[in-house]
Amino acid sequence: MTLITLTDIAVRFGGQTVLHDVDFHIDRGEIVTIVGPNGSGKSTLLRVVIGAERPASGTLKRARGLRIGYVPQKLHIDPTLPLTVRRFLDLPARIPDALARDALDQAGAGALGGRQMADLSGGQFQRVLLARAILSRPDLLILDEPTQGLDQPGSAAFYRRIAALRAELGCAVLMVSHELHVVMAASDRVICLNGHVCCAGAPEHVASAPEYRALFGTGTQGALALYRHDHAHGHDHDHPHSHTHGHEAAE
Amino acid sequence: MTAFLDDFLIRATVAGIGVALAAAPLGCFIVWRRMAYFGDATAHAAILGVALALAFNLSIMLGTLVMALAMAVTVSGLSGRGRAMDTMLGVLSHSALAAGLVAVSLLQDVRLDLSAYLFGDILAVGRTDLAVIWGGAALVMILIWARWSALLTATLSADLATAAGIDPRREQMILTLALAVTVAVAIKVVGVLLIAALLIIPAAAARSFARTPETMALIAAGFGAVSALLGMAAAYRFDTPAGPSIVCVAALIFAGAALVDLGRRAA
Repeated sequence: MTLITLTDIAVRFGGQTVLHDVDFHIDRGEIVTIVGPNGSGKSTLLRVVIGAERPASGTLKRARGLRIGYVPQKLHIDPTLPLTVRRFLDLPARIPDALARDALDQAGAGALGGRQMADLSGGQFQRVLLARAILSRPDLLILDEPTQGLDQPGSAAFYRRIAALRAELGCAVLMVSHELHVVMAASDRVICLNGHVCCAGAPEHVASAPEYRALFGTGTQGALALYRHDHAHGHDHDHPHSHTHGHEAAE
Repeated sequence: MTAFLDDFLIRATVAGIGVALAAAPLGCFIVWRRMAYFGDATAHAAILGVALALAFNLSIMLGTLVMALAMAVTVSGLSGRGRAMDTMLGVLSHSALAAGLVAVSLLQDVRLDLSAYLFGDILAVGRTDLAVIWGGAALVMILIWARWSALLTATLSADLATAAGIDPRREQMILTLALAVTVAVAIKVVGVLLIAALLIIPAAAARSFARTPETMALIAAGFGAVSALLGMAAAYRFDTPAGPSIVCVAALIFAGAALVDLGRRAA
């Protein structure tokens, strides 16, 4: 079952086109990761999906009654705002204690309920944000660079937790990430974005796509080596920004 | 109660407490959102409202409310567009104050004690003023109480709010409206120059004693009310202007709170 379908989406800030010709969909239970260089419109695409950004053109279709859990990229809590983790989970609506405990346990933040948000470490903060996002039993969990500021073991553990949550809650996961090697291993489908969808498909497929290599080739040999295999592509490279992708339709 | 309110000092104190109670929770949001200058700009615009009200023979309350609202809406409108906000606010805030002062001086047939609007004229609060002040304060408190969770969510993160079905721009407008109303009713009590102080200082003093946003707002309200009470007593005892005396007491409370906080951290 398709949760969200974007067709022909374009987003403009001022006169600048940030996203164009974006077709995208996500089905129940799948983990989809968006990769792409800085400024490629990854966060903007997520914001379109949650409804925070209005596309200049194109259509967005949501499944009826779709519940979204959102973990923002950055959440700066002003130090003047006293807020316990437990109270944070009560925003915007009060929830029963049992539900809060379950969500904190599932997100691996079980012992943090009484702590002040401002005193949490980066990893603890992320897990609390995750707990809040799964409170509403979302059909779709959206994470914007969830492991920013975590070390390698920390982010690997975080992605394992996401996979476990997907299995437990049956929700789809849509996330943005820079950590290509982990992402490639943890995703069902990868979308490579650079203002438009450069290429998309199973991780090993995307990793070997020339468009992807053109964007990430130099800095990520180690990651690519894991997935590199011979793959015959019929792309027309004279127009790297206007080609169509046959493999996308096959998903 | 009626005989009780016959005394101008009692009326002044009751007025001061009313403003302090409304300003405290609103001030918390202003502190959390780093909008301190926003309060200044809105308050400074009110002096222009006083001039316009006198020129067009309108009620001062209405004039200040309209100008404060206009300024607040202008500032919120600009804030979404990624300009250098503190510069923008500095320009608007002081331009509004200067324009207001010039406009007042141009009103030839009105003899006006300007300091009454700059520093408040709490001792001249009549029964009608009292009703308006408490009416406005009650409106602000009800507005904030009713939207508390949504306001708090939007304050934490606009995107988080949007994802939860809350329109952050709407919450911003509610705060803007509450700020304009507070400025309009507070102008008589503390004056244009010190309204922002009454918003921010009690909230800032309450921070170190609170573990949740709700307790911070309640403690700030308590500090505000105590400041109004002791400030009025000091004004009477030492024959000092009422508005500045109230703000001085608030500042002393803040200094005390900062010391307690410092001691706690050292321990």
